[in-house]
Amino acid sequence: MESISGKTAIVGVAESDQIGRVPDKPAIMLHAEAARSALAEAGLTKNDVDGLFTAGISTLELGEYLGIEPRVTDTTAVGGSSFVIHIAHAATAIATGRCEVALVTHGESGRSRVGMAGPAVARDALRNQFEAPFGLPQPVGAYAMACSRHMYEYGTTKEQLAEIAVATRKWAMLNPKAMMRDPITIEDVLNSRVISWPFNLLDCCLVTDAGGAYVMTSIERARDLKQTPIAVLGVGEGHDHAMISQMPSLTAFAARHSGRRAFEMAGVKHADLDLAMIYDSFTYTVLLSLEELGFCAKGEGGAFVSGQRTAPGGDFPMNTNGGGLSYNHPGMYGMFAIIEAVRQLRHDYQDQGIRQVKDAKLAVVHGTGGVLSSAGTAILGRV
Amino acid sequence: MADYKKPLPQSDPVTAPYWESLKAHQMKVQRCNDTGKFFFYPRGMSPYTLSDNLSWEPVSGKGVLHAFTIVHVNRAPGFGDELPYVVALIELDEGVRLMSNLIDVQPDPDHVKIGMPVELVYDDVTDEITLPKFRPTQA
Repeated sequence: MESISGKTAIVGVAESDQIGRVPDKPAIMLHAEAARSALAEAGLTKNDVDGLFTAGISTLELGEYLGIEPRVTDTTAVGGSSFVIHIAHAATAIATGRCEVALVTHGESGRSRVGMAGPAVARDALRNQFEAPFGLPQPVGAYAMACSRHMYEYGTTKEQLAEIAVATRKWAMLNPKAMMRDPITIEDVLNSRVISWPFNLLDCCLVTDAGGAYVMTSIERARDLKQTPIAVLGVGEGHDHAMISQMPSLTAFAARHSGRRAFEMAGVKHADLDLAMIYDSFTYTVLLSLEELGFCAKGEGGAFVSGQRTAPGGDFPMNTNGGGLSYNHPGMYGMFAIIEAVRQLRHDYQDQGIRQVKDAKLAVVHGTGGVLSSAGTAILGRV
Repeated sequence: MADYKKPLPQSDPVTAPYWESLKAHQMKVQRCNDTGKFFFYPRGMSPYTLSDNLSWEPVSGKGVLHAFTIVHVNRAPGFGDELPYVVALIELDEGVRLMSNLIDVQPDPDHVKIGMPVELVYDDVTDEITLPKFRPTQA
């Protein structure tokens, strides 16, 4: 099979007009605003779009709202990783000629709950029987439970988890769009109130309102558009459970497979990367993902993030927008990891000092969905 | 029991024998007869082979604590009065894992230890529903 590596590019990215607290806009409007801005940034119009991708709502609703009639439609919805997985699906559709311009959108009124669908009862029928009676708060309790097993098997500490929250906050302090911009220390994390042991408040992501979108097309067409094209070099996806009680191993997840596939397709090594955007719903999500993606040996995630290695000025720039922990997390964060990777690789921040990862050419974007259920990994590059 | 506010499981035709076994205070779990392996939750076919060659087997109710969280915040109806409490994944001796609460233990990481032996307690929360709970194994 011919590889899709390098055949497509992301040519426009945007957030919704406001993010954070947006009580006056329904979720679908957040999709639409981001879509409009991402298309404008690319120098394209909605009439150019023939592939439509989203999660959270259906592409049926999205297409209707935007007046788009796609010939490729994809509502792959496997949680916050979905938008990273959409890169793979859009790249395949474009590379095989099934569509030319793919629009991928996200929008959630996670904080204000305006225009959000209610809980899907049928989907939760099994969880209703086998988890809900025991009072596990979702998703925080599920991630906390998985983290307890990592601490048991590998001796991972709460201090090591806190390193991630502190480093991520330092990046948020450089991002005017970030919701939380006051400096914090490891002690602050450990002293914040316990939510679901072993997680304290500052181990947990924000809950915000936000939309995001990106536009993809062929690498050839991308060269004629307004922005520096960011090529899709490798992709991978997978999942291995829906409920945390069914997770085959609490200290391993589908990221090990999605990551390996993405790196193999891209033909790059970990040491080649300039930037890692790693889904951070909780501090443990990051620690486990780094291990599973192969940045360190199994069980060494805690040591890997110690000493503020991922902070501005550290030797492993990670989550440089301030992440879901401190910048923005409306529920399914993956879209925003992609947007930041593209901006870094385009050198959009080159006038902002250490906000810009110097000479960034290659990034990994990793999304996690559900309760460590699904994984999507993409390697993006400036070409 | 009429004022029980927590979510109650709604069984379906495939899972009903499990809930009935709990109500009878004799937990049963399915076994795949092709592989001899137990599995949980109840399914209409084996997750190992997709075969419907299955049987319901009584289990010992003995196991170990596999993982846990101590819940300090939960606004869902019924749980507020019990905070903090332990939600646990239990690995039964038969090799399957299920979610439950660990009870009769201090909800403190100094007292709740992964690997500790636990035993099943039947909690008749309503006239119709019995939930499986676990406690540290009594000596």
